[in-house]
Amino acid sequence: MIWNNEFETLPREALEALQLKRLKNVLERVYETVPFYKKRFDEAGADPYAVRTLDDLTNFPFTYKTDLRDNYPCGLFTVPQDQVVRLHASSGTTGKPTVVGYTQRDVETWSEVMARSLTGAGLGKHDVLQVAFGYGLFTGGLGAHYGGEKIGASVIPASGGNSKRQIMLLKDLNVTGICCTPSYALNLMDIAAELGEDIRDFPIKVGVFGAEPWTDEMRRTVEEGWGIDAIDIYGLSEIIGPGVSCECLEAKRGMHINEDHFLVEVIDPVTGRVLPKGEVGELVFTTITKEAMPLIRYRTRDLSRLITQPCKCGRTFHRMEKVMGRSDDMLIIRGVNVFPSQIESVLVSRKGVLPHYMLIVDRIGTLDTLEVHVEVEGDFFFDEVRKLQELEKTLEKDIKDIIGVTAKIKLVEPKSIARFEGKAQRVIDKRK
Amino acid sequence: MKIRQVSVFIENKSGRLSDVVEFLGENGINIRALSLADTSDFGILRLIVNEPEKAYKLLREKDFTVGATDVVAVAVPDVPGGLASVLGLLKKNDISVEYMYAYVEHSAGYAVMIFRFEDTDKTLELLQKEGVKLLSGDVIYSE
Repeated sequence: MIWNNEFETLPREALEALQLKRLKNVLERVYETVPFYKKRFDEAGADPYAVRTLDDLTNFPFTYKTDLRDNYPCGLFTVPQDQVVRLHASSGTTGKPTVVGYTQRDVETWSEVMARSLTGAGLGKHDVLQVAFGYGLFTGGLGAHYGGEKIGASVIPASGGNSKRQIMLLKDLNVTGICCTPSYALNLMDIAAELGEDIRDFPIKVGVFGAEPWTDEMRRTVEEGWGIDAIDIYGLSEIIGPGVSCECLEAKRGMHINEDHFLVEVIDPVTGRVLPKGEVGELVFTTITKEAMPLIRYRTRDLSRLITQPCKCGRTFHRMEKVMGRSDDMLIIRGVNVFPSQIESVLVSRKGVLPHYMLIVDRIGTLDTLEVHVEVEGDFFFDEVRKLQELEKTLEKDIKDIIGVTAKIKLVEPKSIARFEGKAQRVIDKRK
Repeated sequence: MKIRQVSVFIENKSGRLSDVVEFLGENGINIRALSLADTSDFGILRLIVNEPEKAYKLLREKDFTVGATDVVAVAVPDVPGGLASVLGLLKKNDISVEYMYAYVEHSAGYAVMIFRFEDTDKTLELLQKEGVKLLSGDVIYSE
């Protein structure tokens, strides 16, 4: 199902013409109104009035998360405060958070891209949508909420947490769709089982999961455990919030980027060079319709690749693969780049362990060590030490094959690893 | 003649073993025999209890990783060479023992060994044919 046929199926040529017009407009606007951009553009010798093609964007400098912090709170806004109708902030792990603002039209754009996402996931006005993303400064809750209302669904603003109540709402209100993080979806599965409920008997048919990287194996676990289709959605508050891109139910392969609002580039995170379409690199977005706080070539730190082949759903927007990790989350262990998602993909593909894990990185002498704590699965519990040790060895070998680094597997009891209601924290790095 | 044994996965951290046996005690489960197999980071506690099905269910509900396995209880003559005679029989018939442990018996004039074999049914058949004294669940669970 497609929400906005006119834009979502626009022929590429017409789409690119529209993008160029919008790009020129936004480059000129930020140059005129934001001192930060004027300085940066001038330093780089990038002239917003000389842009002739979409490729000319590569002449412009990147914008980084630190630029948002340095201009805290509202230094990158292009409009006066009286035109700002909403402010969100991302959690600042170190120091100040980053603040993002929206005009009325920005909120409408956001609702539009979320409406497209939810429609693509197969939801509509006959559905009941439980939004279990956190409401508040985090954009997940309100983003999904506005999109859900726009498509006419009955929206339940459950927000995150209070898991037993989530299960009750899912059951009693005949919920057909849920939005939350994939790790919370796993968590709710356990809670339902504890309450003696079989969540597969619930009317729910689809889950739209995002805000953290997850694997296709994890998708299968959630789909089987819930008896639903699991759809991946992507977004970040700096660009607009959830809805930058989303999978379609037809293909469930790659998230369609709302390219009439967001230009995407994939770059080499080290050199900054734009990579050919299809290669893995860091996603860089330029917002071409945002009013309050447009961002030019914003470095997301998310690693992915673009799929340019046409999709069977009929949308002409290019797709991005599931995010394979964040360059921030990247662990360098004995000089090798390791992403937690790679280890997760091993754990979820093997019977005998549950997809709950914790990575412990330490340094003994001069040698980095990686220990993976993973919960044993009750249904595959072997009474013999030898078989459990074989399971450990198999997992160690699989991990070594994938990441090229030796890890020590430690089997732990079920429920002994913390469950997460928001973004999962799966790494403890004791080096430093 | 099979005996139901309950196994529990236990992480190597202090107090876990005590958690399990305390929990069983609180729920009126009497432990008849036990053995603990351990590695550097986890162990498997194997239990023969008076009510195996109930113990299994209780432990599972309490989120322990628990398994149930069939084992064999053999009455070994309480004399020098008693155990050797039983093991010799197994050796002759090329049957390997996965693990075994002793069961404390006070008065009957024989020692009880709990055996786990790869092929329980086949081994049982052999032992019965050879006239080895086996103990049934009724005897082992109660007393």
